[in-house]
Amino acid sequence: MTAQQIIFMIVAAYTLGSALMVVTTRNLVHAALWLVSTLFGVAVAYALLNANFIAVVQVVVYIGAIAILFIFAVMLTRKDMRDSGPQMNRNWWAGAIVAVLVFAGLAFLLSGWSGFQNTAAELPAEFDAISLLGEALTSPQAFVLPFEVASVLLLAALVGAVYVAFNPTKK
Amino acid sequence: MSEWLYIALFIVVGLIIPIGAIGAGFIFGPKKPNPIKESTYECGIETVGDAWIQFKSQYYIFALVFLVFDVEAVFLFPWAVKLGQLGLYAVVEGIIFVTILVVGLVYTWRKGMLEWV
Amino acid sequence: MSFWNDPLKVAADWLEGVFTGWGMDAVLSHVLVAFLGVFLLIALLMVLDIFLVWIERKVVARFQDRIGPNRLGPFGLIQPFADIIKLIIKEDTTPSGADKVVYNLAPILSMMSVLILWAVVPLAPVVLGVDLNVGALFLIAAGAIGTLSIIMAGWSSNNKFAMIGGFRQVAVMVSFEIPMLTMLMIPTIYAGSMNMNAIIGAQDVWFFILSPLGALIFLIAAIAELGRAPFDLAEGESELVSGFNIEYSGMKFGMFYAGELLHAFTFGGFWAILFFGGYRFFGLEQVSPFLAILILIIKAMLGYWVIMWVKYTMMRIRIDQMLGFNWKFLTPLAFALLLVTALMNALLADAPTWLYALGMFLANVVTGWIALEIARSATRKEREQVEGIKTPVEAHH
Repeated sequence: MTAQQIIFMIVAAYTLGSALMVVTTRNLVHAALWLVSTLFGVAVAYALLNANFIAVVQVVVYIGAIAILFIFAVMLTRKDMRDSGPQMNRNWWAGAIVAVLVFAGLAFLLSGWSGFQNTAAELPAEFDAISLLGEALTSPQAFVLPFEVASVLLLAALVGAVYVAFNPTKK
Repeated sequence: MSEWLYIALFIVVGLIIPIGAIGAGFIFGPKKPNPIKESTYECGIETVGDAWIQFKSQYYIFALVFLVFDVEAVFLFPWAVKLGQLGLYAVVEGIIFVTILVVGLVYTWRKGMLEWV
Repeated sequence: MSFWNDPLKVAADWLEGVFTGWGMDAVLSHVLVAFLGVFLLIALLMVLDIFLVWIERKVVARFQDRIGPNRLGPFGLIQPFADIIKLIIKEDTTPSGADKVVYNLAPILSMMSVLILWAVVPLAPVVLGVDLNVGALFLIAAGAIGTLSIIMAGWSSNNKFAMIGGFRQVAVMVSFEIPMLTMLMIPTIYAGSMNMNAIIGAQDVWFFILSPLGALIFLIAAIAELGRAPFDLAEGESELVSGFNIEYSGMKFGMFYAGELLHAFTFGGFWAILFFGGYRFFGLEQVSPFLAILILIIKAMLGYWVIMWVKYTMMRIRIDQMLGFNWKFLTPLAFALLLVTALMNALLADAPTWLYALGMFLANVVTGWIALEIARSATRKEREQVEGIKTPVEAHH
């Protein structure tokens, strides 16, 4: 095994462990903080794949915005933050079986793929991913329409959030 | 890849140094806890009720508006990097992109959701 | 290649030679040398941080017509060491209701979020941690961890003041991150790169001259991000008794305090890098990397001085005013400036440098003037409405 594969194994184990803590911890804020830890692990995985932009964006958007949003939402919904209801219901074993089956299926499918055991290739020195991404996002031959539609999607999210939160009785 | 090695080292050293400083405080500082010292500090007044209470929804709204514009900025960064070589059509695309979102900001504003009341 | 032209590489090569001479693996010795380099940089930053305490106290004293620390050593220079000894030998109390793990993790993460910023700071053309091609976004990513540490500190203390202070601080930080992100795009557009070294390299004309309004908005957003006056309502001694760090004592409080000072200095440095040419000063940076480092530190100190100047001159404003200022004025203005800059950049693409600079400067001035006029007429209308009806205006906190 190369050093990169060993690092990947450690990061993957860390990410999965954090994810397990998210669903098993009884304190909601702790769950949110473990989620941050999981998302950070994913960012490290992107970094291992030489995807600098995506790795940094993962931290900016998920840790900087979504985790904060989660914590605010927890503060908003629960009266007592230490409230710790049961984490499992009676059908937990069915969920576990489905999860194992999905994992086995995906692993089986991917094992036939040529890149299954590859490590990330070194990028050529002059390869500028962000510049290429910028070009692809604005080029009429590529993704200009999805780029603009993304804006509409974000607008819809904003309007939806405001509509849900809007309280007409307030002045 | 080796870039991230340095970042990882910065993170590791950035954790070691504060841990060392706090550890030094732990070693050299006195440790004589008592219930009064460990009580919640609220200007000398006995604390009433719980600090972990329900917070108002305004925080949530601001975080949501922030999230939308954060994602928007992430989309715009590659655009900004390449802008110098792209010409006017890319600028127009950017203007459309931002204008659509500013409509959202104006909507939020008009609905009174940007007020801190 | 001599030590004076490329000190980092020469020193690293020499050390690696020594380590491999001892029979160490090549990769391992490389990592070890990198570790030592990073450790040295951060240790120097911590020493600088100690003196920042002295600088801050001296400068605030001068602003307030006092002398400041002057008893220990020449000009009170030993005072910060006394402060540190005091912080170390203080008892470290933890409130009984606190969430212990999160409570102890918060000051460490807070300091770490500031220290990792220096990974992307180019001290000289050849003296830098990482030549990351997403340097500008890395700034925001590190800030995200700082925001998280504040929410952790505020929540885990189990104190109402800490909770309110932490939440307000986070609401403010995330709000002002939008103008900051937008203003980071302006040097990105000029330089065609997010790489800090490339941004400095493109500044034959300082970006401050191309975009004075952008530099100003960045400074305002940075001050809010730092949580310093006039945006220090989360600390609010008179209402919140220091806010999110109320329950912290000893060295844990020291980490928040030192982190804040170093953060302010770091943002002074980023302000210099993004808008004032970083280590460049009329070709002096070509003479020696050491001179370049000196230039950057002087510029960062000037930036830090401006931040202190603002802090000790302005009064604190209320949170509703502050968030209103951000979302109703600064954010729309930042977007308008971004689009104007993009448009002018495309229109003036083939113009000579002086015309490009003049056009950009005028576009900035006009944008700022229009924004101020709109704000003035809007506030006048509001004031007339309030004064006409004569209803008492209550302050909502």
